[in-house]
Amino acid sequence: MANMVTITINGRQITVPAGTLVIEAAKQAGIDIPAFCYYEGFSVQAACRMCLVEVEKMPKLQPSCALPAAEGMVIHTESPKVVEARKSMLEFLLTNHPLDCPVCDKGGECELQDMTFRYGLGESRFLEIKHHADEKQWSPLVFYDPARCILCYRCIRVCDEGLGVGALGLSYRGVSAEIIPNRGDHLECDECGWCIDVCPVGALTSGTYRYRSRPWEMNYVPAVCTHCSNGCKTTLSVRNGEIIRANNRDRSGINGEFLCVKGRFAFDFVHSGERLQTPLIRKDGRLEPASWSEALKAAAARVRASIERNGKAAVIGSTRTTNEENYYLQKFARQVLRTNNIDHHRSGDVITLLQALGGREGALATVQDLYTCDAALVVGADLSQQHPLLAVQLRANWRHHQSPVFVISAGPVREDQYAARSIRAEAGTEADRLEELRADLQARRNLVILYGPSMKGEAVRRLVAFGDSLGIPVKYVCLVDYANSRGALDMGLLPHLAPGYRPVEIPGMTLDAMLEAPDLDLVWVVGANPLEGGRRFVSRDAFMIVNELFLTETAQQADIVFPAMSLYEKNGTVTNVCGEVQRTKAGPKVMGTKSDLEILGLIAAQLGFDLGVPLPDRVFEEIRREVPGYNVPLALIATGGAAPTKPPAVPAEVDAQPELVRSSGDTLFTSGTLGKYSKKLGEVIEAPGRLYQVLVP
Amino acid sequence: MTFSPELEAKFAKMIGNYPPGRQKGALIPMLLYAQDEVGAVTEEVIEEVAKRLKLSRVEVEEVLGYYTMLTREPRGRYHIQICTNISCMLTGGEELFEHACRRLGIGNKGKTPDGQFSLEEVECLGACSWAPAMQVNYEFHYQMTPEKFDRLIESLRKLQ
Repeated sequence: MANMVTITINGRQITVPAGTLVIEAAKQAGIDIPAFCYYEGFSVQAACRMCLVEVEKMPKLQPSCALPAAEGMVIHTESPKVVEARKSMLEFLLTNHPLDCPVCDKGGECELQDMTFRYGLGESRFLEIKHHADEKQWSPLVFYDPARCILCYRCIRVCDEGLGVGALGLSYRGVSAEIIPNRGDHLECDECGWCIDVCPVGALTSGTYRYRSRPWEMNYVPAVCTHCSNGCKTTLSVRNGEIIRANNRDRSGINGEFLCVKGRFAFDFVHSGERLQTPLIRKDGRLEPASWSEALKAAAARVRASIERNGKAAVIGSTRTTNEENYYLQKFARQVLRTNNIDHHRSGDVITLLQALGGREGALATVQDLYTCDAALVVGADLSQQHPLLAVQLRANWRHHQSPVFVISAGPVREDQYAARSIRAEAGTEADRLEELRADLQARRNLVILYGPSMKGEAVRRLVAFGDSLGIPVKYVCLVDYANSRGALDMGLLPHLAPGYRPVEIPGMTLDAMLEAPDLDLVWVVGANPLEGGRRFVSRDAFMIVNELFLTETAQQADIVFPAMSLYEKNGTVTNVCGEVQRTKAGPKVMGTKSDLEILGLIAAQLGFDLGVPLPDRVFEEIRREVPGYNVPLALIATGGAAPTKPPAVPAEVDAQPELVRSSGDTLFTSGTLGKYSKKLGEVIEAPGRLYQVLVP
Repeated sequence: MTFSPELEAKFAKMIGNYPPGRQKGALIPMLLYAQDEVGAVTEEVIEEVAKRLKLSRVEVEEVLGYYTMLTREPRGRYHIQICTNISCMLTGGEELFEHACRRLGIGNKGKTPDGQFSLEEVECLGACSWAPAMQVNYEFHYQMTPEKFDRLIESLRKLQ
């Protein structure tokens, strides 16, 4: 236990660990000290002087963000002297501030505006002409207006400390001082936009949100990002059914306020002009628009015919639909189509991991664990490019707790900047190098191991055996590609495993087998693009139904296309890379679309099957009852929390089919099908797929 | 890029003067010496210094923008700095600066078309006792008057 000290703030006695900053101690006591430059979790800057407080026996006012609490300190945060100082500081900060609040994006949620209302003078004594510098565009997503900037350094610190990118700096001096980007007149970075979020004024503005709305005109919807598998909460700002922006300023999810370029900016695919908004039916060889009732009737008739003649059916599920939809889809395949021919695009060998763990509880790491673990080992993955939240968590753990990170990867990764040891090993041979780290890892109290798609089958078994032999508690993360890649596995979109990895009696066809099968009668593809790059089903005559957002290569080959909703438009739950279940809520609306759950429910009803009420909450109830590991606390889910699932035991004799694990190798600037339809993602100079490599000298 | 052998030796010694991990302390002198040799802190110099000190480019640019003695644009062969701070102002520094502008036909931070002279209004040169003071490259000139300034310019022109 750290030494405790007792201090008095505004007459209240507070006991805090020695070394706690006064501003933090005050916050714990519910006393708010205004500050611009102070930002929780990042280094102390003491630049803005807003947080000055009066400390008895100290001759001058002290910046509370840089003042560690010491025994017996008596502090006043609202004394006349302090209030006067704040007033003066604001007057000073506003000397060259343009006061263009009526046209500034930040108006209504601006810290400088709020503070001026609270403490500021109505007028300024400065009559001189304001120093002006023109606004600059640094990238399609980031704009900088130096005149509004109050030089708090927040943007610089989140970029440098939070991400390890260090794309921003501060140059020139006096009134001319301003933030500079790393490539002279433009940025080359992760384009995550964290700098825009933390900006307390309207100096940094977003390319997608500029001049579009006011904060009070929008509704805020807690959604889970539909792109990678990290499961960041992205709060959608929705106006008239349209997403205007995405951020997470309320720090409501597992990601705090962090979002990468995809979570913050790549929502524009939702309102892309290429979205399908009416069902399509193939007539005379061409896909023609049809009404929903016509398309549903045609699909139901074709499915009924196929069932009656005992035709061979195949179902390909999605990695970006909800758990409820995936569960319902496998039920539809197994009960209506009476087939186990169901699969999806697998991107990580979760099955072997679960087998090796044998149902051991507490062996799967949560996103939070990455911030609290005593050490982490990253095997065969470039986290900052493919799993940005996990990379940020590990970096924060190292910054705040000095927890070391060890890396075994094929090429240089950003973690090398601070890794205790980085080992280069060709993809697939990483397991051979584990022993070199044994002594280092055994010296730690506990460990989290994250492994990428190059580790599968035997390599995963060796990895777990290695972890078990260390003699310390070890938790694992199997890295997968997409928002609900993990959920698709858990919900049994697998030919040989029902939900919860329970073996089925007669295994069905795998995705590869479906593509090669000569005798398919019916193919139903939900939110997937298996025919990418011009592939074809060998069974050319099979009737193909596709639920999709866009006319993808697969949808182009279909006989019936149902326009589906994206994850942002529907309610339900998704499971992230760490096996944590989170609820996502419907925000925007796109005319003419339906959720996959509704589409399947309508077809099942037409065919006279009772698969349960196709409402997300009702299906989730069933999942909680039926799927091992998913009996998660409802209260936690309902309040926006992330509930870790228990790893179900997978029988050792189950074939994990590691040969079917193929990651798409997406980067920060690609995101499978959705990425192709996100204009913003395609506009940045780092795109498509170019990585921003931090200079590692 | 490489610098002259003398400068390379100087840099090697300089970098060694700082404890391990704190090499970036050599940033300002390196930029200044490199500027003296190259004529300006060019893009190439920025990249090179950043590489040698294991800094990102933006860290070098932060310092470069802050210090007025560092310049990205090449200056004149004779860089004239005239002080107009208090002591010099009281003894005619401002008049001297205005005269210099007229005489050379350029303004503050300007450069004559032949590239011979550049002019800059600066703060205290630390020569208050002999105000007004000015500096030509690294050489001081004290108790200046417009006449003395003209004679100095003429003599510098003759040196060409």
